[in-house]
Amino acid sequence: MVDTFVIPLVKIIIVLNATLVGVTYMVLLERKVIAWAQSRLGPMRVGPYGILQPVADAVKLMIKEDITPVRADRWVFTAAPIIAMVPALIVYAVIPFGPEVNLFGRQVTLYITDINVGLLYIVSVASIGVYGLILAGYASNSKYPLLASLRASAQLISYEVAVTLTLVSVILVAGSLSMVSIVRAQESAGVWFAFVQPVAFVIFFIGGLAETNRAPFDLPEAEQELTGGFHTEYSGMRFALFFLAEYANMIVVSSVATTLFLGGWLRPFPNVAALSFLGIIPSWGWFLIKSFVFLYVFIWVRATLPRYRYDQLMRLGWKVLIPLAILNLLVTGLVKVLMA
Amino acid sequence: MGYAITFYTLAALILGFAILVVTTKDTVHSVLYLVLDFLFVAALYALLSAPFLAVIQILVYAGGIVVLYLFVVMLVNLKRPPEAHRDPARRTKLGFGLAVAVLAELGAIALFGSNIPAPAGIVPAAPLPVSGNTEEVGWLLYTSYLIPFEIASMLLLVAMIGAILLAKRDL
Amino acid sequence: MIITPTHYMLLSAALFIIGVIGVLVRRNIIIIFMSIELILNAVNINLVAYSNQLQNAIGQVFAVFVIAVAAAEAAVGLGIILAFYRNKETINIDEMNVMRW
Repeated sequence: MVDTFVIPLVKIIIVLNATLVGVTYMVLLERKVIAWAQSRLGPMRVGPYGILQPVADAVKLMIKEDITPVRADRWVFTAAPIIAMVPALIVYAVIPFGPEVNLFGRQVTLYITDINVGLLYIVSVASIGVYGLILAGYASNSKYPLLASLRASAQLISYEVAVTLTLVSVILVAGSLSMVSIVRAQESAGVWFAFVQPVAFVIFFIGGLAETNRAPFDLPEAEQELTGGFHTEYSGMRFALFFLAEYANMIVVSSVATTLFLGGWLRPFPNVAALSFLGIIPSWGWFLIKSFVFLYVFIWVRATLPRYRYDQLMRLGWKVLIPLAILNLLVTGLVKVLMA
Repeated sequence: MGYAITFYTLAALILGFAILVVTTKDTVHSVLYLVLDFLFVAALYALLSAPFLAVIQILVYAGGIVVLYLFVVMLVNLKRPPEAHRDPARRTKLGFGLAVAVLAELGAIALFGSNIPAPAGIVPAAPLPVSGNTEEVGWLLYTSYLIPFEIASMLLLVAMIGAILLAKRDL
Repeated sequence: MIITPTHYMLLSAALFIIGVIGVLVRRNIIIIFMSIELILNAVNINLVAYSNQLQNAIGQVFAVFVIAVAAAEAAVGLGIILAFYRNKETINIDEMNVMRW
């Protein structure tokens, strides 16, 4: 009774709360990092060093007027931000933050569940997230959002193919679809998969940037291009939901990359006994550190690179990344057959 | 007990949303009901101990095919809906009546046909050398059913080329 | 109450008939295509239910092939609809009754 209901419920509450708080503080983190890259300080007024800025942002967005365009499809208009946000949150059901630990006398696993098609579940849930974009543009009943949303969703489904192909090569190396098994495979191999599959890692990173509509692939929501893209007509809390959904997707991509390529909860060089002093930091601590580094690189890339034009973006996705991912898959399969 | 409740709930939702798909006037709402229908069918597959097929259903059907339908619906944005006027040559009530008759017949076959004993030729499946649902499906696809697998991949390639050619503006 | 494959077969038959009604009654060709997808899903439910009953994964293999064929058919069908719409500006199936114009 306690094991089937109470413990997963507590885990879900902890993960959801941590995610939502993390997402709101991502806003502050991004503004600070981009500011430092541009030799300025970022938000400093609200609270010491601007720590309370997300609170101010949240209050502002909640008290803003909620405008719905005339003749917009009411239900779809309201549902679109929710459809954009929910997939980013339910992916956390399969991400492992750590192995089994001993808490209050029971063995508790530091992941909510481990289904044996875990990686496919993540990919399929991510493909549902496209609907939020399409429906937002359609429901706004206005030209610019419709065009922007069609472009954004075309970008998303194109890069989904490349990302899924790289995930297949990781599955080939690990031999299983379950997330926990992939981390254990890295533990038994003694090396992170980022060094075994470097091409897949790079393609996953670029694809992850494009999947979350982040610079340099953020044409669909760039203010200078399409007057705000698919969320032009949204204001107040619904706009906040879109923004939070984007940051939540970023954190999801970082978590998945950490689990698949950077060793999940393992410390660097997990099999070398000489470095066991690194075990002071708990397993979930290593997970958070690695995800944070990945997120920092995301923000760093945004501060540094200029934006891709739409046809360059599609050309990159279809003509460069997909052939590279297929080639990587072929070479991985060949090496696995020859080595066995 | 829990299985029965889940089955009846899912069945009611699947049939309810299917009826909504077929009867809604607005095409975009119809497509959205179809997505929900597919998600509940995926839940039904998970209930039937087929997790691989459940995620494939979400990934391919709900996340791929229906997105395609949604794109086409938005590109074919008509001002005057196609069912604005009645067509006297179309026998709507007759079609409906015939379909209900066929459903009654199928239901009768399903309910009363279970009295027929199973034919003697059914042999239980040979145990496969792998364990786990995904591994079993993969094993069968790559060993016993390799030729249909290759033909399906050719079919998808041909469909891809065909769709690109059909949708191009200038050949 | 034990749920037997007969229950799944009744569900599958009902979904099939709803799809058939959609194909026969509606005139919007996109809704007709979506009803065809409903029919294919009904068949899949039946296959997977019996695969579970007989503990043989071949039902699921067949269902995977059905999904692949449905994807191919949807892509080509929607391409045809787009090409037709570009020429005749209609998606009413009663108006798609000439072979050339």
